[in-house]
Amino acid sequence: MIEVKKVSKSFNGQKVLFDIEHVFEEGQVNLIIGQSGQGKSVLAKCIVGLYEPDEGQILFDKRNFTDMDRAQRSSIRQEIGMLFQGAALFDSMTVEQNVMFPLQMFTNMTKAEIQARTDFCLERVNLAGRNKLLPSECSGGMQKRVGIARAISMNPRYLFCDEPNSGLDPKTSIVIDKLIRDITKEYKITTVVITHDMNSVMEIGDHILFIHQGKKWWEGDRHSIINATNPEIESFVYASSFMKEIRTQLQKKAL
Amino acid sequence: MGAVIALQTASSMESPLLPDYTVGFITQSSTILEFSPTIISLILAGKVGSNVASEIGTMRVTEQIDALEIMGVNSLNFLILPKITAALVFFPVLVIFSMALSMFGGWLALLVSDLTTTEIYIMGIRSFFNPFHITYALTKTLVFGFLIVSIASFYGYYVKGGSLDVGRASTQAVVSGSIAILIANFILTQLMLLS
Repeated sequence: MIEVKKVSKSFNGQKVLFDIEHVFEEGQVNLIIGQSGQGKSVLAKCIVGLYEPDEGQILFDKRNFTDMDRAQRSSIRQEIGMLFQGAALFDSMTVEQNVMFPLQMFTNMTKAEIQARTDFCLERVNLAGRNKLLPSECSGGMQKRVGIARAISMNPRYLFCDEPNSGLDPKTSIVIDKLIRDITKEYKITTVVITHDMNSVMEIGDHILFIHQGKKWWEGDRHSIINATNPEIESFVYASSFMKEIRTQLQKKAL
Repeated sequence: MGAVIALQTASSMESPLLPDYTVGFITQSSTILEFSPTIISLILAGKVGSNVASEIGTMRVTEQIDALEIMGVNSLNFLILPKITAALVFFPVLVIFSMALSMFGGWLALLVSDLTTTEIYIMGIRSFFNPFHITYALTKTLVFGFLIVSIASFYGYYVKGGSLDVGRASTQAVVSGSIAILIANFILTQLMLLS
């Protein structure tokens, strides 16, 4: 469980997050949604410590991350896996070396154990046998899956995914979404996904936080978001003609 | 470099009072004191400086450095320390190599141009040789190596934006590195040779 307590953040005097208070539940896929430029990524970067919040606290299972020094944070960070928007794979390393990297850095596992764990993680994301490929030889979807394999290699308690479906076709997006959901349920980890993809919201959104103008605007789940009456959420959810069409059909059915 | 120094010195030696071995001596002292450590470092500022800045800069804009930080890796130590260590170990090796090549080039040029004999050139090379000049040259090289890599790493590590900014950071790293070398060269010469 990750608790965000009254977190605020400004850049060059301009406030982008206003007293955000939220709890990301364990064993659930927690989504942070909202339009571009509303503060989703800033909030996520504050949570993982890439940005320092101006005010407020971040608690990882009651451990106050905000007040920790670098060494203490380092131990918490080893419990965090993160999938970046562009996968952020180390381009000089092969797929296998990317997954092995955190294991080599932070564990006392033997070479054979590291290899076994790497193979297991790659198999888990359906990339068995692709060990020796370089990131430049992988498709966008494959890179994302390698990113997930690297993120889960250390058995994380917390998984962060920054727009996991950006740049992917709808079919591959569903594969990635399912993978995130399955891993979350299987290992009972606290997963936080930043997205503005409504397909993902409907597919995996156990617990949704809607950010608007840097403020916590709404929270709920994928069922309640469909019927939310808040105008900002409505305009976000039904922004596409496809979603508008679904709403019309549902309303016709109801009548 | 050595060939050019030897030919220029030989062509401007008009006074009969100057001994023949002067060409060898000038080639040796110019190479060891100035040309090898400084010119090689300026070349390396272009080659290594731009390489380091663009490599680290690309890692920054593609979030690879953020990935390291989130794993709990101290990215500054992990990325920059090995590069500085490598520069401090290998730059002196390259400079020593360039000194030997430069003096060999000087000998070859004089031999081909029939301006002096091998014996006289070697005599010049060995004349007034001061071992401290090697220490001075290698100290300069170590300082230049540190400056090149740390300045390039700084520009790469703190780059913001996209690929255009990485290119800009790379250029700035080369320019700043070269200027730093010239300033450090003056300061070290003042400190080591004149004080």
